[in-house]
Amino acid sequence: MSQELIRLTDLVMEFDGERILDSINLYINDKEFLTLLGPSGCGKTTTLRVIGGFLTPTSGDVLFDGKRINDVPAYQRKINTVFQRYALFPHLDVYDNIAFGLRIAKLSEKEIDERVTEMLEIVSLKGFENRKVTSLSGGQQQRVAIARALVNRPKVLLLDEPLGALDLRLRKDMQNELKRIQQAMDITFIYVTHDQEEALTMSDTIVVMDKGKIQQIGSPEDIYNEPKNAFVADFIGESNILDGVMLDDYLVKFFGRQFKCLDKGFEKNEPVDVVIRPEDIDIVPVEQGHLCGTVTSVTFKGVHYDTIVDFKGFKWLIQTTDFCPEGSYIGIRLNPEDIHIMHKSEYSGMFGDYSSYSAEYDEIADAEGGEDEE
Amino acid sequence: MKSKWLSGPYILWMALFTLIPLGVVFYYAFTDSVTGAFTLDNLANIGNYLPIFLRSIWLSIFATVICLLIAYPVAYYIAHCKPGTQRFLQMMVMLPMCMSFLLRTLAWVALLEDTGIINNLISAIGLEPLPLIRNNGAVILGMVYNYLPYMILPLYTVIMKIDPRLIEAAQDLGCNSRQVFSKVILPLSVPGIVSGITMVFVPAVSTFYISQKLGSPGTILIGDVIESQFKSAYNPNLGAAMSLVLMILIFVCVGIMNRFTNDEEESMVTL
Repeated sequence: MSQELIRLTDLVMEFDGERILDSINLYINDKEFLTLLGPSGCGKTTTLRVIGGFLTPTSGDVLFDGKRINDVPAYQRKINTVFQRYALFPHLDVYDNIAFGLRIAKLSEKEIDERVTEMLEIVSLKGFENRKVTSLSGGQQQRVAIARALVNRPKVLLLDEPLGALDLRLRKDMQNELKRIQQAMDITFIYVTHDQEEALTMSDTIVVMDKGKIQQIGSPEDIYNEPKNAFVADFIGESNILDGVMLDDYLVKFFGRQFKCLDKGFEKNEPVDVVIRPEDIDIVPVEQGHLCGTVTSVTFKGVHYDTIVDFKGFKWLIQTTDFCPEGSYIGIRLNPEDIHIMHKSEYSGMFGDYSSYSAEYDEIADAEGGEDEE
Repeated sequence: MKSKWLSGPYILWMALFTLIPLGVVFYYAFTDSVTGAFTLDNLANIGNYLPIFLRSIWLSIFATVICLLIAYPVAYYIAHCKPGTQRFLQMMVMLPMCMSFLLRTLAWVALLEDTGIINNLISAIGLEPLPLIRNNGAVILGMVYNYLPYMILPLYTVIMKIDPRLIEAAQDLGCNSRQVFSKVILPLSVPGIVSGITMVFVPAVSTFYISQKLGSPGTILIGDVIESQFKSAYNPNLGAAMSLVLMILIFVCVGIMNRFTNDEEESMVTL
């Protein structure tokens, strides 16, 4: 699990003088499910294409098994790719698409047949051998694309937003399917997505990227519970981000009040960003509250209510199963473990204020992804 | 209902200028030129012209193959230029088509003649004049020159539409650039190759002016014979029969080509 397979050192990529990747340093372990996560234009697809061999980095090195592979063309790398919108060969049927790589490698027809048949079983497409790929549904084409890549038994599989074109239900099924396949085949998956939930569900490691830089690398739990800056806190899940001052280890002050917290190691009186997750906030009667505010909007979300509360002009998002009608005056309590402290960064003040809240926030975040990032 | 009415003028046009003339050709082909009685003699007489038929087909096939060999790299190159350059080159390909067909052929005569521009140049540097005109080569050259754009354009359209991701996918699966071409690009260009071949071969096989100007009496083509039946030999019945046979030949060729497109998955991949 822990053996290093791919390493990117000081990777820089420029197109027409524009810096797309800015000193990316990253190592990827063997048999790991690693996700590159970020908004469109953050450089995640470019990183993937550099690893796949479709782009040569402007500077920096790509190492595979300890060897520099910057100049090794794509067709000589032990890496296969599942492309965005699949790129299946329209002139070949399902069987011949999957057999393509094996035929290039000049395997015997007998072995090709065995491996293709085995692969068809893994992706549950038995009986589709002679169908034209253009007659398949999106989900089926997706499976063919995965089979076509995996049948070559690569050491690494690159997946470029493979589920972007599928509907929500199918996407959920395929997430489980992909995780299952990755574990069954016991190889490294490098997965690119803008969908944070997809990343949290499937990954061993998540690399959050923005503006061509890595913002944070960590396990899904780390990334969610201990975001490094306001961008990560906002991009992964929902966050209320406030200005605060670290008075001492385990003691932070915001909204004119001191709170106990679990964070330490900051300078005395250092200005910080305070993250409070909407689902961690407890609503209590006014007289017991640490802070009191007025509910300005309530949206039913199925499992919970999105409740926007105005605290002295700063609006918080609270996700709660308790219904508090609009206009009611409520109190909240914050326990030390609900408060997460971050150093100030270039992203401070840009995120985490729900003054312009709209119930559509997650749809908007989805809509900007994928398609336009080539 | 509305759309039916909109196609009315075209249907009328078709009936007047395609179906009725075709009927007239049929009628002439099966009647005697003097008595007007039903006869199969016209078709039987075509046997005498078999060598000319064969020569027409042979020269046209040759010209079509040359067109394909020239056009494919050109189309491939244009399809991979920047959009602005593409438009310019596309226009350059089409420009000769704007010029009269007759004029283009006559220009070649002026170039190739025994006392033409090329031979004058050759003599000027003290060499023997070359027999550039009145042979099969000159006829093929005329065909290639005149019909080349009809090969380039369909090829260009098809090659341009090939998704670059498919090429990356092929590289990803282990193809070097030669294999990318033979396994992906070429099979995907088959529809363009087929329509290009059709668009060159069909007019070439029935052409008549090129061989008159650039060929000799020995290189006469079936189009010329048909023309002469109407214009000088005054035997429209034989001419009609020849047209009919030519048309059937063309149908057969096009039919074979179309079979090829439908079977492309099976037949081309094994190339």
